[in-house]
Amino acid sequence: MDYTEYIYPFTDEKIIIKKEDYNSILDYCRQGIPEESCGLIGGKKDENINRIEKVYFLTNIDHSNEHFSMDPKEQLDAYKDARANGYDILGNFHSHPESPSRPSEEDKKLAYDSKAIYMILSLMEDNNPVLRAFHVEKNSIVTEHEIIVE
Amino acid sequence: MKIIVAGEKKEYEEGTTLEKLIEKEDIDNPQYVTVTINEEFVDREKFSETVLKDDDSIEFLYFMGGGQR
Repeated sequence: MDYTEYIYPFTDEKIIIKKEDYNSILDYCRQGIPEESCGLIGGKKDENINRIEKVYFLTNIDHSNEHFSMDPKEQLDAYKDARANGYDILGNFHSHPESPSRPSEEDKKLAYDSKAIYMILSLMEDNNPVLRAFHVEKNSIVTEHEIIVE
Repeated sequence: MKIIVAGEKKEYEEGTTLEKLIEKEDIDNPQYVTVTINEEFVDREKFSETVLKDDDSIEFLYFMGGGQR
C-alpha cells in the first residue's frame, strides 16, 4: 500500500501504547473481520504524551464491513471504568478491514469530539497491519500523532 | 444543588434543566451528544424539560462511529 496520498502533518503530541495492548487491538480487529471493529482507549495525558493504560473493546452495533457505531451502553461503562481507575478516555480505535489507515470522509464527518484521538487500524494487507492515530478538527482538518509501541 | 457532571461534583442552581447544563458546560457539538442521568439515557427532545435534581450524576457521550469508505 502506498500511503503517499495520505500524509498528514504530525502534531507535537505522541501516543505511547504497550506492546500487549497493541497486540490486543490487532487480535480483536482481526477476529472481527469482515466487520469493522471498534473500541476506546483509556489512559493519561501528561503534557504532550498520551499514555494508553487500558483498552476497551466495544461492540460495533452496525455489524458492517463499511461502518461502525459503538454501543452507547458499553461506551458509558467504559467511561465509568476509566474514571474508577484514574484514567481518561483519550479517544477511540476502529478497523478498516479493506481500506487504508486514514480518516475516511465519513470518519471525518462523524468525528464530533475534536479533543479525541482517532486511531485507525488498516487490515487490508494480511501481513502488514497499519495502525495510525489522528486528530480531526471541526473543519475536518486532519493531523497525525506519532505512535510509540513499547 | 450539587450534581455530578462527568464524575466531578458541581454546584448548580435549583431548577437547572439539562439543556441549560449543556449550555453552561460549553459542550462541543452539543447536537451530537448523548446524555445519561443516573445511567439512564435521556431522549434529546426531553433535554429542555428535564430538570436536574440534587445528587444527579450526568454523563455526556459523543456518538462514536464512522466507516472505511
